[in-house]
Formats: sequence, C-alpha cells, structure tokens
Amino acid sequence: MTPPLLEIDNLRTWFYTDSGVARSVDGVSMRVDAGETLGVVGESGCGKSVTALSILRLIRAPGRIEPGSAIRFEGKDLLTLAEADIRHVRGNRIAMVFQEPMTALNPVFTVGDQIAEVARIHTDMSRKEAAAKAVEMLRLVGIPDPERRATEYPHQLSGGMRQRIVIAMALVMNPALLIADEPTTALDVTIQAQILELLADLTRRLGTSILLITHDLGVVAENCTRVIVMYAGEVVEEATTSDLFRHAHHPYTEGLLGAMPRVGGHAERLATIPGTVPAPTNWPAGCRFRERCEYAWERCEQEHPPLYQIGEGHVSRCHLAVEPERRANRHVPIAAQVGAGAA
Amino acid sequence: MRRYLAGRLLQALGVVVFVTTLTFVLIHLAPGDPIGQALQGPNVTEAVRNEWRAAYGLDRPLPEQYLRWVASAARGQFGYSFSQHRPVRDVLAESLPRTLLLSSIAILFSFGLGIGVGLLQAERPRGARDRWLGRVLLLLYSVPDFWLALMVLILFAYRLPLFPAGGLHDSVTYAYMSPTGQLLDRIKHLVLPVLTLTMLSTASIARYQRSALVAVLRTDWMRTALAKGLSWRQAVRQHAFRNALLPTITLFSLTVPTFAAGAIFVEMVFSWPGMGFNTVHAIAARDYPLVTSGVLVSSVIVVITALLADIAVAAADPRVRLS
Ligand SMILES: Nc1ncnc2c1ncn2[C@@H]1O[C@H](COP(=O)(O)OP(=O)(O)O)[C@@H](O)[C@H]1O
Ligand SMILES: [Mg+2]
Repeated sequence: MTPPLLEIDNLRTWFYTDSGVARSVDGVSMRVDAGETLGVVGESGCGKSVTALSILRLIRAPGRIEPGSAIRFEGKDLLTLAEADIRHVRGNRIAMVFQEPMTALNPVFTVGDQIAEVARIHTDMSRKEAAAKAVEMLRLVGIPDPERRATEYPHQLSGGMRQRIVIAMALVMNPALLIADEPTTALDVTIQAQILELLADLTRRLGTSILLITHDLGVVAENCTRVIVMYAGEVVEEATTSDLFRHAHHPYTEGLLGAMPRVGGHAERLATIPGTVPAPTNWPAGCRFRERCEYAWERCEQEHPPLYQIGEGHVSRCHLAVEPERRANRHVPIAAQVGAGAA
Repeated sequence: MRRYLAGRLLQALGVVVFVTTLTFVLIHLAPGDPIGQALQGPNVTEAVRNEWRAAYGLDRPLPEQYLRWVASAARGQFGYSFSQHRPVRDVLAESLPRTLLLSSIAILFSFGLGIGVGLLQAERPRGARDRWLGRVLLLLYSVPDFWLALMVLILFAYRLPLFPAGGLHDSVTYAYMSPTGQLLDRIKHLVLPVLTLTMLSTASIARYQRSALVAVLRTDWMRTALAKGLSWRQAVRQHAFRNALLPTITLFSLTVPTFAAGAIFVEMVFSWPGMGFNTVHAIAARDYPLVTSGVLVSSVIVVITALLADIAVAAADPRVRLS
C-alpha cells in the first residue's frame, strides 16, 4: 500500500488570546491519498480553516502549533522543516484557494502579475516567460480573452472571475495537493457550481489531490470520495461519502444531514441543530456536542468519547458506538430546552 | 477622472483666494502702515505721510485697494517693497528658491527616513526593534517644535561648534572661496535647518507609515502572498509596502502646509533668508505688498504640491485610476 500523500497526526493549534487559550484545533488526525478529493465539513468555528492554515504553517501569533503535532507530506514532516523549505512547499507542492475571492488578491497588482509571481518564486522563468505562463493559466481556468484580462486589476473582475484567478494562481506549479477552503461560499449559486466543476475537471486532468473544506454537505456529495466531519476542534466522524450519507453515525452528522436542503424536497422548514458551537477557549468536558445532542446521557458528561471504529474506514466520536441501544432514547437537547441559551 | 481633477483645481483656487484675501484684510487691519513705519523721523509731519499714503493709494477704501491689488497681481505685478526698497518680484525671486531648497531637501529626508523607519518597525510589529524606534519617535513627536530648533542650535552651533549658527553662507570669507569651497560652505549652512525640519516631520510620517503597514499585514491578500511561497520579508516589502505607500502619498499632500509653516520658524531661528524669514520681517514692517504677495506665492505652491500629490495617489491606485 502506498503511503498517503498527506498525513496529519494529532494536530493541535492553539491561540493564546487575552480571553484564554483557544484550542481551535485540538488533536486532529486525517489523511489525503494521492488523487482523491477529501471533504472536510462542519459548522463555522469548528477549526476547519485553522487546520488548513496549519498545514502550510501559516498560523500567526498568538496562534501556535503545539509540540506533538505532525504533518507528513511527501516523506517530510512539514512542521519541522526549515523556513526556506516550507516556502518551497507553499504554492509549489501544496497550494491554497481561500474563501473570499474579493479580498484574496492584492488590489494594486494586475492579476497577470499575481499569477506570474508564483512561477517567478518557484522557477527561474524570466519575467516574460512567467507572464506568458499567467496567460496560459488564465486560459486554462476558462477566462475569455486572457491576454487582456491579465492586465486588469482584481476590482475590475467579478467574484466568480476572481475565484478563477485564485485557482489559476494555485495551479501554476501543478501542486500535488490543493487545499480549497470554502472556495464557493462567497459566490452566487450558479457560479458556485461552475467553480466546483472547474476545480473537479482541472484536478482530474492534472492528478491533483484536493482537501475540500465546506460547510455544505451537498458540495461534499458531488465532489468527494471521503468525508471528515469536524466539530469543536476535533474529528467526530470519518467515512466514505456514500457511507456517510447512508449510515451517518454521529448525532452531529445526523444533524448536518437533517439541515441539508434536498433537491425536490418540499418546502418544509429545514431541521437545524439547536444551539451553537461552544467557544474554543472553553470546550465542554466529556462530549463536546453533548448539550446539542438528542441522545446524550450521563456517560457523555463524564467521558470524552474516543474515535470508535464502527466499520471499514468508518470512525465516529460517539459513545453510541458502544451503547447503540441508547439511540432509542431520543430527547430534547439541553440547548433547546426552555431557559437554555436563547430564551 | 477629468471631473475629479476639475473639482480639485477649483477647490485649490478657492483656497488660494481665501488665504490671500484673509492675509490682505488682516495685515491692513493691523495697527500701523508701511508709511508710518518707513517715515518715522520727528521731522516728518503727518501731512507729509498722508501725501505719501495718497501717492501709494493707501488712503482709498479697503475694498478698492483689494481690487487694485488683485488686478495687478493677476497681471504678475506684485508692486514695490517698502521695507526692502526694491520690486517685490525681485525679493521673491531671490528668497523663493532658498525656501524651496531647504524644504525640498527636508521633505526628501523626512519621507525617506519616515517611510524607512515605518517599514523597519512594521516588519516585526511589537518586536524589540519596533518598540525602540517607537520610543524615539514618540520623544521626537512630543518635543515642542521651537524648543527642538533652539536645542539643535545651541548644541551644534555653540556647545559643539560643528556648524554655523545661521545664514546662507559665511558672510565674510564666502567671496574668497574656491567654487568647491563655496559649495561646501553652503552645504554646511544647510545642515542644521534641514536637520531640524527633518526631525520635526519624520516622527509623524514614520508613525503613519507604520500603522498603514500594520493594518495591511492582516489582510487576506498578505496571507495569499505567503501561501504562494514568499518569505515574510518579501511579502511585506513587495505586497504590503506598495499598498501602504498609498496613504503615505496622501499624507504628503497633508504635510506640505506643515512644512511651509515649519520652514517659517526654522528660517527665523537659523536666519535663513527665505520666504518665511522675509515674510515675518515684512509683517513687522507692515510691508503690505511683500506680505500679500509672499503669502499668495506660498499658498499657490502649497496648493499645487498638494494637488500633485493627490494626482499621484490616484495614479498609483488602480482602484481610483480606473474609476
Ligand atoms: N487568529 C486567531 N486568534 C484567535 N482565535 C482564532 C484565530 N483564528 C481562529 N480562531 C478561532 O478558532 C476557531 C476556529 O476557527 P476556524 O478554523 O476559522 O473555523 P472554521 O471551521 O469556520 O473555518 C474559531 O473559534 C476562531 O475564533
Ligand atoms: Mg473557515
């Protein structure tokens, strides 16, 4: 068996803020295999972006990747690489596409220059060759009239166009891994589909693996072979996409699925998970999802659940794995009870 | 863009008209007049003075005098200086280049220094270097202008007589120097005024540049720059710096008047016979033509420089340029 392309092992990224230590990513492990698209889902504030930024060591003070974490990629531990060596990985072997195409580009440089810059950093291309490469990339991501577009500034382009620019920038060096952090969240629905299709098409052709972060399970269903569900700085469930949609195990995953709009579904109100993600400075003891869970019982209060193996390639951080009979005992979660939280 | 320029030009014209009118009115309202100052002898009777006043039109109502002055100034005729006994145009032609020399060197130094220091500070915000430079700047910033100028004078001209205390050049030996010697002598005389003027403005420019940079360091596109594989230093110098320079050019247009004002008392302290020096003396002598024309010329220069800076900002920022 070939080793995975990327292997994150017990990643803990903490922020030492004035209001306490925010354990935003708190012991996350996952792997991305060569050529696959791994989905990472979870509500806002679960630590998805911090995980993504940690991979490229883009965490800035007051944040810190704690000792004991490891991120192996192409045979190296990215966390122990020298500064010059991690720079060689960034934009070259691992590239990133960020959520906000409106602000991800520098407003005072032309988009052509910003794409060309990647080639200039990682190759010894001349200015002219890099500019030609930028035009080629613009054509690749389906931007019409690329020669002219290359000389334009970000503010002259629409959100969808800008995201194409960011994707072009990410793919210049033909990276082994592309981290896409909610690449379509800020875009119109029709544009979203186009961008995702573009990503899927390009990476299939180039053989790029993708770590696709999203809070939209619909996006996962259409693009990913495997899914990681994150909650409160932890992985709470991992499964193949088909397994997850058919046999979701963790109550949080069930909640996310219930909140998913279905094509052709009736205009019923979407089920939402009551309550909100707790603050990372103050994760609850025991199960971190307990207060929002319809099944929680005493054990969940006392014992932090480990990741239970519940099937081939399927794990879940829920005590239901060992006490499945508790599933019959559904009740109103604490977060939804009268007087709790939002009164 | 064209409409914007036309608007700014109109605004600039308004400022010039306002400032000169105000000066004209104030200096005429001040007690005393040029004739009274020039003809003070006990043998001169008031009747004689009045004759002279009539000859110069100083007995006319103020609005009429004002209109006459505007009409001739518009034709480039600035009149005759009562106190210096020569055409105002000659006085200005001589003193304007001196002030421009002094303040442009000081502007160059203070912006060069201020931007550089701001960059050094912002590269590691709250680092040791940032904190030390910040303390020095704060000190410079809070020192009263006048006190600083006098301290410089006392320290470097008297206690440690490294540089001459004032003037354009050595009044006695200059004529006998070789061309190189003359140049060196002039430079020596420039050092203290330039140093003072530079110290006065560098602090605020550096503080401004630092905060502009620090604000920009947190942007998403800085993160993009790092994710591309640039080092922190490269990202700061190539991406952040270019953006943070825009507000600094704006600052330039805001500080031009400050330089003009600063130049006035630096010229006084270091006896530098430029526009400021001349204007102050002209005010004391109630030399109406010299005061009003001096203010007119200075305000035109200030306004034009500020306008050019605004155009430079517009040209440097694609978001403005292309809209
Ligand atoms: N620079 C920072 N300083 C302090 N807390 C941070 C910082 N960045 C992220 N966090 C916290 O980490 C948690 C996870 O954030 P994030 O990874 O952005 O969530 P998401 O899953 O929505 O991408 C959030 O609660 C956020 O407030
Ligand atoms: Mg996020």
